[in-house]
Amino acid sequence: MSREQWVPEGTDQETPNVARVYDCYLGGSHNFAVDRDLARKAVELWPDLPLIMRANRAFLRRSVQYLAGDGITRFLDLGSGIPTFGPVHEMARLIQPTARVVYVDIDPVAVQHSLLLVADDPLCAVVQADLRDTETLLKQPAVAELLEPGERVAVLLLAVLHFVTDEEDPARIVRVLREAMPPGSALALSHGTLGGRPELARQHQELYAQASAPLTMRSRDRIVALFEGFELIDPGVVYLPQWRPQHPESVGPHPELVTGLAGVGIRP
Amino acid sequence: MSGPPAGRVDPAAVRFRDSWSRLLRDGHGTVVSPAILGPLVYRTAELLARAHGEDPFDASLAEQAGALLVDAQFTDPVVLARAVALLQQWPPADDRGPALTGAFAAGWSAALRDRTLREQEATRLAVDLARRGAERALYASEARFRAMFERAAVGIGFADLEGNVLTVNSALQEMFGATVEELRHLNIATMVHPQDAPRIWEMYRDLIGGKREQFQCDKPYYRQDGEVIWTHLTVSLIRDEDGTPRYQVAMLEDITDQHRLQERLRYQATHDPLTGLWNRTAFFERLEALFADPEPEARFGLCSVDLDGFKNINDSLGHATGDQLLSSVADRLHSSLAPLGHMVARLGGDEFIVLLENCRGQQEGIAAAQTVLAALAPPFLIDGQQLAVRASVGVVEQPLSATTPGAAMRSADLTLYRAKSEGRGRWTLFDSRRNAVAVSQYAMSMRIPMALDRGEFFLEYQPLCTLDDGAMVAVEALVRWRHPELGVLGPEEFIATAEDSGLIIPLGRWVLGKACHQAARWSARFGAAAPRMNVNLAVRQARNAELIADIDRILQESALEPGKLQLEITESAMLGPRDPALQALRELVGMGVSLTVDDFGTGWSNLAYLRTLPVAGLKIAGAFVSDLHSAGEDPLGWRIIGGMVSLAHQLGLTVTAEGVETAADADRLRSMGCDCAQGWHYGRPARPGDITRRIVEAAGGTRRGPDGAGRDT
Repeated sequence: MSREQWVPEGTDQETPNVARVYDCYLGGSHNFAVDRDLARKAVELWPDLPLIMRANRAFLRRSVQYLAGDGITRFLDLGSGIPTFGPVHEMARLIQPTARVVYVDIDPVAVQHSLLLVADDPLCAVVQADLRDTETLLKQPAVAELLEPGERVAVLLLAVLHFVTDEEDPARIVRVLREAMPPGSALALSHGTLGGRPELARQHQELYAQASAPLTMRSRDRIVALFEGFELIDPGVVYLPQWRPQHPESVGPHPELVTGLAGVGIRP
Repeated sequence: MSGPPAGRVDPAAVRFRDSWSRLLRDGHGTVVSPAILGPLVYRTAELLARAHGEDPFDASLAEQAGALLVDAQFTDPVVLARAVALLQQWPPADDRGPALTGAFAAGWSAALRDRTLREQEATRLAVDLARRGAERALYASEARFRAMFERAAVGIGFADLEGNVLTVNSALQEMFGATVEELRHLNIATMVHPQDAPRIWEMYRDLIGGKREQFQCDKPYYRQDGEVIWTHLTVSLIRDEDGTPRYQVAMLEDITDQHRLQERLRYQATHDPLTGLWNRTAFFERLEALFADPEPEARFGLCSVDLDGFKNINDSLGHATGDQLLSSVADRLHSSLAPLGHMVARLGGDEFIVLLENCRGQQEGIAAAQTVLAALAPPFLIDGQQLAVRASVGVVEQPLSATTPGAAMRSADLTLYRAKSEGRGRWTLFDSRRNAVAVSQYAMSMRIPMALDRGEFFLEYQPLCTLDDGAMVAVEALVRWRHPELGVLGPEEFIATAEDSGLIIPLGRWVLGKACHQAARWSARFGAAAPRMNVNLAVRQARNAELIADIDRILQESALEPGKLQLEITESAMLGPRDPALQALRELVGMGVSLTVDDFGTGWSNLAYLRTLPVAGLKIAGAFVSDLHSAGEDPLGWRIIGGMVSLAHQLGLTVTAEGVETAADADRLRSMGCDCAQGWHYGRPARPGDITRRIVEAAGGTRRGPDGAGRDT
């Protein structure tokens, strides 16, 4: 399946780029007009979107800090996108000052962006790779080194697997990653779901069909199934705000409106 | 100084701090780590409090608070609106309110503008870097392709779908001995060669029509200098992103050397090394192929060509000359017949054959035969000698559906044989009726071994009597074949074919054995009164190395006294003085067997040789005697016979006349001094019993007594 990638794709500014659209939602300016157009349309259709993106970003923060607090110092951020406000290494280092992070993204612009950000950081690395070609991804020197046996690693798959279609088999990707993770390692995963707002999710999916990567929302069962081979830590797979909130009141009355499920599992 | 005194808690200030904290912890604040958010809330609230109360009013404190919010990515305008509203709800003691709010908004905006510009710049830089990386990768990719293209050992060329050559690599230029420019003026569709595989252009049309993605074949091309190169060609279609055919790419591997080797091997396998003509294998392949899938009305022709008397040339002038002659003959045949589209092959020795495919009729076959004869008519100059060569040609011209390759070849051979026997240097056309006779003779000779096994042959004996007193001194053994289908056949009906096929050897041995045993029985019974046994000896028998041993064995087995056996050899068997068979004949004479010359006068004999031959007599051919009485009185004829008798007597030979049918013939021959006679007048060929009775009658019972009379042995 591995095919030499002669020419990187995704350097054009005419196609909306999911990483840059995400940045829009989070109030960043790392984006172009096409990205903002898409974000604006998506928000008109679904005004809660910035909220959802923030919830995802908040889950990132909470899960990274939870795992750092649990003693993990190595992080593999798959689908890291543009290192917008609060990147993983900054979050983790609030607790583990020597945390090492490898950022991986398929988008060459996001990769360049990340490189600009961590250029002087010896504990960070940025890799351009296609998550779907998992075996090749794992052979990248920075990734292989991070996953060397002995130390636990936190693998982050946040808001990325819904850009992988059923044919591309996300369960297989997770399985191959799990095989490569040292025992005690953790998987933090968040994924768009049809559960909360099915009618919106469908339209949203159609809107994203024109972007660099189309969306595939999945049911709760299928998302739970992705954790096969992992022991889910409390509270299991839940809506984004429900995962170990800072304060009970911050969950809000209707967490299902967030339409994103999240969970953290440990490889035994 | 204005504002609340130190140590006192201003309730409005407390309300502001609470509201401020809620504002920042909400929305974007959920993303921010508490470890960062807490100090941010405290610090900004503190800055605003100082701007609110300190004297003199310091606008930069409020600006700084706004900037800190943007630094923590509180970039949502809603945050600014709510912050301004909160500040309005907490009026300062003096009139600095609008200035404070304005400074805060200005600080926030300025920081946001800086941040936006910074992020946009970073984003553009990232895009730029990514694009440059992509371009480098593209360049590297192109460079790799270019290197592969340029340095490939195989020739590669691109063309559009109209067949216009767009670019070629150096290997292809070398193959064609042409420059890129020269090749770019070419169109694929014009690069036709007569030896192109039949389907190649159909495959090509399918390819450029998008009906096939690729094809492979071996194809010859003309180089720029006109030489031909053979290539193994692979042509592939290149489609664009939409799947529309755009270009074609051809890869050519130079296989000229392999091809030449193959051609050479193929040539060697199918050509005669001496003459360069097609060989036997190639001829039969072509003939079989012709018959394999014929058109319903298709005809073919065969000219079977044989040089007359080639053996003599070979024997007298040597094989080297013979080979040169064959080579020259082949050249003439090839140059006169190949242009007509006929295949000329050498089957072996001096046998050639011409195959006419798609023959239009007998006339064309005859014309080919005439061409052969005309081509060979002028003398050949070999080693400074002029050699005249004639040939015989058998022509077969038939519909393919009427025969088979094997039958056609037999027909051609038999027709050639007829051409030879009818006088050489001519062509003969196949005649199915005469061919049938020839075929039946052939079939007959093939049956001889079986007939011997089955006892289908038997002997009759014809008396030879003295002209003086009519006493039977000898009998001639004559072979008969009781053929199961054809009835009883005389020797004239099968001996010639038996001689041709070599079957005369076993048949002759059988006749000798049978005759000797019969003669021995008569000798045992009648002693000196028993007749001598005359047996014909064919030329081939005379030359057979086994002859002496055979006769010795037969004489032993039958216990026949050698003097009671006489062998008759035909005039044509008269051998030259150095013929090795002469020694065999001398040995026979040494054994006591006598020899006589049969059919004397019918062939050409060197009478002088008679002196050197160990013969005891000669038999004048029956034709002389029968000619005499058909023509009435023929003084010349009788004088010839008289001359022969006188000559024979001078050589000490006895003379026997054959074909003596009347008493008048007998009288005349007797008067001329002829010794013996054979013919109907003296007795027809008869079964042994009849001969036995005749011996008994001649003896008058005086020697053996009546008890032996009439006993058939």
